Amino acid sequence: MSVDLSQFHQVFFEESYEGLDVMESALLNIDLSEIDDETINEIFRAAHSIKGGSGTFGFQEIAGFTHVVETLLDLIRSDQFEMKADHVDLFLKSVDCIRTMINQLESGTPCDMEVADELKAIFTVLLDGENATSNDSNEADLIADANAQDSQSGVEGWQIYFKPELDILRTGNDPVRMFRELSELGELSVIAVTDEIPSITDIDPEACYMAWNLTLYGSATQEQVNEVFEWVVDDSELVVTPLILQAEVLEGTQENPAIEDASDENEIISVDDESDEMAASDAVDVKSSVVKKVVAKKEAKTENVSIRVGTDKIDDLINMVGELVITQSMLSELGKEFSIEKLPKLMEGLEQMSMHTRELQENVMRIRMLPISFAFSRFPRLVHDMSKNLNKKVELVLLGEQTELDKTVMERIGDPLVHLVRNSLDHGLELPEQRLAAGKDEMGKITLNAFHQGGNIIIQIIDDGAGLNKERIRSKAIENGLVSASDNLSDDQINDLIFLPGFSTAEAVTDISGRGVGMDVVRRNIQELNGSVEVESKEGEGSVFTIRLPLTLAILDGQLISVGEQVYIFPLVSIVESIQTHDQMIHRVSGGCDVLRLRNEYIPIVKLWDVFNVKPKHETVEDGLLVIVEGDNIKIAVLVDDLLGQQQVVIKSIRENYRPVHGVSGATILGDGTVSLILDISGLIKLAGVGRDTYKKISDANDNEAA
Amino acid sequence: MNNETIKDLDKINNELSEAQSDEPSDQYLTFFMAGEEFGVDILAVQEIRGWEPITAIPNSPSQVLGFTNLRGTIAPIIDLRHCFGVEAVSYGSSSVVIIMSVQTEKNEKIMGIAVDAVSDVYNFSKSNIQPSPELSQTKQAQYVKGLGSTDEKMVILLELTEQLIVDTDVVSERHLSRG
Repeated sequence: MSVDLSQFHQVFFEESYEGLDVMESALLNIDLSEIDDETINEIFRAAHSIKGGSGTFGFQEIAGFTHVVETLLDLIRSDQFEMKADHVDLFLKSVDCIRTMINQLESGTPCDMEVADELKAIFTVLLDGENATSNDSNEADLIADANAQDSQSGVEGWQIYFKPELDILRTGNDPVRMFRELSELGELSVIAVTDEIPSITDIDPEACYMAWNLTLYGSATQEQVNEVFEWVVDDSELVVTPLILQAEVLEGTQENPAIEDASDENEIISVDDESDEMAASDAVDVKSSVVKKVVAKKEAKTENVSIRVGTDKIDDLINMVGELVITQSMLSELGKEFSIEKLPKLMEGLEQMSMHTRELQENVMRIRMLPISFAFSRFPRLVHDMSKNLNKKVELVLLGEQTELDKTVMERIGDPLVHLVRNSLDHGLELPEQRLAAGKDEMGKITLNAFHQGGNIIIQIIDDGAGLNKERIRSKAIENGLVSASDNLSDDQINDLIFLPGFSTAEAVTDISGRGVGMDVVRRNIQELNGSVEVESKEGEGSVFTIRLPLTLAILDGQLISVGEQVYIFPLVSIVESIQTHDQMIHRVSGGCDVLRLRNEYIPIVKLWDVFNVKPKHETVEDGLLVIVEGDNIKIAVLVDDLLGQQQVVIKSIRENYRPVHGVSGATILGDGTVSLILDISGLIKLAGVGRDTYKKISDANDNEAA
Repeated sequence: MNNETIKDLDKINNELSEAQSDEPSDQYLTFFMAGEEFGVDILAVQEIRGWEPITAIPNSPSQVLGFTNLRGTIAPIIDLRHCFGVEAVSYGSSSVVIIMSVQTEKNEKIMGIAVDAVSDVYNFSKSNIQPSPELSQTKQAQYVKGLGSTDEKMVILLELTEQLIVDTDVVSERHLSRG
């Protein structure tokens, strides 16, 4: 077998991660008072696949460790071992351990076996304890294992008995090739056992009635020998016994057969176990999944990143491309003999074409969409572990798990989400005693909710904890010089303070119930995704963090505007309205900033030509147009020369070949091939110097006006 | 751009790919800028293009002319004249843009340099390249690798770095970061 297996490694890693996720979520779902067989089976199957895969690819560290995990699971499965809470934790730790090992393999570093060995020892103790009461086969298993271990050092070779099932030749496995491979490991003698060959009249020419006694001399390890039979071991009778040094053989002729018998029996039993499993109801699953896996491995690309797409989505796409082709051929037909009478038909065709293109585009975008459960799936574990550490009782509710989200967004929203959930758990929810004292249910509740709203996806992290302590946030903010004592802040503004960079100092963490740890980082990460995060909170009742994200990062609905020769693009979602102004609406406040008074609201005016240093057609506010945009909860009125069309634009990175530009989030290519810059509202606000100071001044003026 | 120049460009592009397939050592593509002949490592050159309209970048360093659309990729175009303090000209249909990959700390960035005309491909062995002492104190010196000499003339060899897109005007950078 000279196939280069390393090309399948990535697939194995991905599948193993999936398997581990399955194990993890199933473990967390276990209800100890009434253990569901199907759940245990699920965990067992996942572990079994990982073991099989790692064995195939020669990752013996993982295979070895997973084997003990699997053995205990098998006992639980067959009701020979009672599962307790401790064991669930042990299994969870093992899952972590395997994950770490796979991680290390993936990055090409050698496995750190320290944790694995520790856990393995615990498993062995558990298994040993169980052995006293369980049936002999397991005992024999352990003894045989031990024997194999002990004798490993003195091994001079292996005695192998191999009896394949009748079908072996039909499944494409050729014993001769296996023997040839064995012979590469050392000197090999083969004796065929022909007892079971029927008479020539009864013989099925495609069946294999033979068995073999093989003796392999040399320093090959048991793993190497087993590897040769990797693909057939499940369906065959295979006994591998070490060949002991001649001297020892002489001494222990009495013992040897006994050991051989014991291990002989044991191996056969465990092989039988396997075939029992095949016969059991779930066997079909196992088998078919194995078959599927093989196929998948053949098809898989060697790319590092892959995405799984539902066939329905692909079918949709094929349909749409079909439509497009039809329209295209209709148009080309039309073009062959075109006359002016056919103009309406041409227009109609073009319209259809653009409709199909748009649909196709939307659907192609949908391929990148994954249900948010991918991001949510890690939280049950996180909450489980953390609540234990914190001595809190927490119920986690996940809502809207099927809500779809762009893969890139998903990857980058994970960390902020973890941060927010951890925060809610750590600082939002109170200890059980405190909760009881406050007249609440002892069990705290954290809800993760995801849903679509317009072109956005909204993710909420809701806790029913203590809520934000506004007084302390305010006093802390004053202490840190973020606001002044005389400031009149609304509740929302106070809550918003926790997202300010200066707020997240170590002291703030301990003083103010810890809220604000790196919240500025959370906000920044989310803003990098063109999203926003807000918090609402009621003291004593809990807090709601709301994250708003665009559905995709690749495409944006844009409003084209012009300033002088340049064309810029505003994200359509950030535009509140566009107006033409007159003198009376413009006010000048101290600090040289013009403000626009619109329906009793004062909005600072930002002249785009000024901040971007371009030559405009109209320098004054009266001649141009004001586009009122909102970002970071701040509204500004941007002076532009003209509004052009609206269109969907594909976002291109400018950082790739350049560097970040203040006030610009990206670029796109317009229909005529020119590059146009996409404006970044919060960057623009910063660039124009409309900070909180200005905003405050204006809102002061606002208040005065109102008073 | 007329057909003549397109033909010329094609020819040079062909020569480029031929040259690249040869032994990679010390081949330089030379170009003219304000009457002087400059050279860049041919392996860093991706292609040579005619002049196309560019989009200005707000508050960019003054040597950065703007962005161009390189078949769907956004790439900045650098005004080398400005980098070397040569008097500015307005670029137009006769100008040529050399698209180069510039090695930065983390990755490679694709950028274009606007030049007057592309000249030739020369071989310079190490012994033919001398450092240029009189430039070593100036800011232009950071782009100059040395002087290459052939039998009949001398070429200024450039080593382009990320510095091309960095704002050399410290004051404006500070102004921006404060905002």
